[in-house]
Amino acid sequence: MTDGPRRRRDRRPWALQAALLLSVTALGWALIAHALATLRAQGVAAGFGFLRQPAGFEIGESWLGYDPQRSLARAFIVGLSNTIRVALPACALTTILGTLIGLGRRAPYRPARALCTAYVELVRNVPLLVQLLMWYFALTTFLPDAGDAWRGPFGVYLSKSGLSFPWPAAPPGHWWPWTWDRPIAGPLNVSGGGAVTPEYLAVLLALTVYTAAFVAEVVRAGIEAVPIEQVQAAQAQGLRSAQIIGWIVLPQALRVMVPSLTNQYLNLTKNSTLGVAVGYPELVSISNTALNQTGRAFECITVITAIYLALSLLTSAAMNRYNARVALRGAR
Amino acid sequence: MAMPTTRREAAADWRRDLFGSPWRSVTTLVLAALALTVAARVLPWTIGRAVARPDAEACRALDHAGACWGVVVEKFRAIIFGRYPYAQQWRPATGTAALLVLAAISAWPRCWRRWLAGAWMIALFGFVLLMRGSTVLGWEIVPTSRWSGLPLSLLLSLLALALALPLGVLLALGRRSELPLLRALCRTYIELVRGVPLISVLFMAAFLLPLLVPHGWQPDIFLRVLMGLAGFAAAYLAEVVRGGLQAVPSGQLDSARALGLRRWQVQRFIVLPQALRAVVPSLMNSVIGTVKDSSLVTVVGLYELTGALSLALGGDPIWRPFYLEGYLFISFLYWGACFALSRYSRWLERRLRTPL
Repeated sequence: MTDGPRRRRDRRPWALQAALLLSVTALGWALIAHALATLRAQGVAAGFGFLRQPAGFEIGESWLGYDPQRSLARAFIVGLSNTIRVALPACALTTILGTLIGLGRRAPYRPARALCTAYVELVRNVPLLVQLLMWYFALTTFLPDAGDAWRGPFGVYLSKSGLSFPWPAAPPGHWWPWTWDRPIAGPLNVSGGGAVTPEYLAVLLALTVYTAAFVAEVVRAGIEAVPIEQVQAAQAQGLRSAQIIGWIVLPQALRVMVPSLTNQYLNLTKNSTLGVAVGYPELVSISNTALNQTGRAFECITVITAIYLALSLLTSAAMNRYNARVALRGAR
Repeated sequence: MAMPTTRREAAADWRRDLFGSPWRSVTTLVLAALALTVAARVLPWTIGRAVARPDAEACRALDHAGACWGVVVEKFRAIIFGRYPYAQQWRPATGTAALLVLAAISAWPRCWRRWLAGAWMIALFGFVLLMRGSTVLGWEIVPTSRWSGLPLSLLLSLLALALALPLGVLLALGRRSELPLLRALCRTYIELVRGVPLISVLFMAAFLLPLLVPHGWQPDIFLRVLMGLAGFAAAYLAEVVRGGLQAVPSGQLDSARALGLRRWQVQRFIVLPQALRAVVPSLMNSVIGTVKDSSLVTVVGLYELTGALSLALGGDPIWRPFYLEGYLFISFLYWGACFALSRYSRWLERRLRTPL
């Protein structure tokens, strides 16, 4: 672009850009000015001061202390903690399940391949929302009442009101949790221990099962990127198939997989917002309640957008660092 | 691993695969037993003991030991057409059928001519006209708030894609532009939209847009949600298209410029055809994604297929216990559409790989 004739027309692009900047700024300014005017007419002062008001609504479940007298900001933090509380375990579980299924799709055993292919084709072609609603309905309809909960191994109880399980607890006078608080089945309900609601379980299961189908495809692509000669060489060395997968294939496949896996984790976290459909109080659901109660559409939506953007950026930054570690030395 | 050539070799291959070693034999037997057990429970539920008549008494008597497909029969029109006025439901039915026929025709690459684009425009316009109604034609006007069910899902997905594809191409071209400001704007838009969940985009479209736009200019909820869906899909499509643009060798651009083609002609005739052909699988993934995403509009109060199902069963104490069958039915509809699309995409990919 440094040739003579081009240089003479060089002003046109700048004029275009100036016009673009002007029109975008003008549009944005007009929209925001109108919004502010509307709000002022409704007697609402724009700003984030309202976050200090008492929230005034209940939140179904939380591992942080909360009651309706606490501030709206606290409610948002509780929502964020609920998002993380479901997204982190789901990421871990989906990685395990997805890796197994991805490996299964390349297994030298036809029934395993058929099963894993069927899983992927079945699960990823049905909308997550439909799957989530189905899980929620199944959990709240077909499980026994809390009075005669199913007893699983390790003192775990499962019923219509959720899953109860032993949870580390600090005995009186100690601050370090080193005993187990075990759930006790009563005639009407299960008390004690750690507990999660059916809403939480439905979101966790739906996210795990759905994302695993995509993780499986990522794993399969990663494995296919490892040259077959590597596997043959490992076989010639007398390694067993588990050793070949763990020492030869997966470490090399990880290089290809990490960027796509990051995307899947981000998708999972963003998809956890579907919890709003079954009443799991994650961030968007809290924000939606707050929006309905205070009418602060602009602020509430800004808050969740900012939080999700930050979450996205943080996750990709962390995964980029990990990616740099598994990447080939000197390669970019 | 040579491909087995004869039937006998294939059979030997299978035998080796299933019973090649003691471990394999045991695994195969265990798996077969497991499959039989599952089939022995699932088959009677879906077929054997299932009730296909819309008979609530018989369904209740089953006590979930068999599926009650009668709920789908009884509520069929409520699930498919939702809140659309009962007497007028032939209109969305006609529109849906016409669109499906057109989609089947366009699946054939030989029909990819200019008239097809025109046909799509006419079909989409006709569909909207059928849904909305017209006093001139003597069709009762039906407000968008009553559009629901399958036609709404179809319309939202198709219109969102039709709007998102050009926007996505423009965003992708903008992101690779020589103009730094344009590049920054496109990049900001793409990253911003891809960073937030679709639900929050839909909430924005439903609750925030009315605040921003003066009265009288306000698009109704259908248009707002459509804008949200399209704007969201465009950001993802832009990244897909960008991948394709990067795959076009720069020599192609240089030769096109040397031949004297203008900037837009280079993009239109040289770069975009190659770029889009290179990313057909990812484009189809985005299409499938948008079809599935259209189910989320139920969260902001539009009754597409999922919402119409809740509407049909949620308020009915007689049929409410048979939600699972309803969900399985719409899952099957979505699955059929998305699976067909993904198979088609694979076929198209193979076909486009060989030069036309």
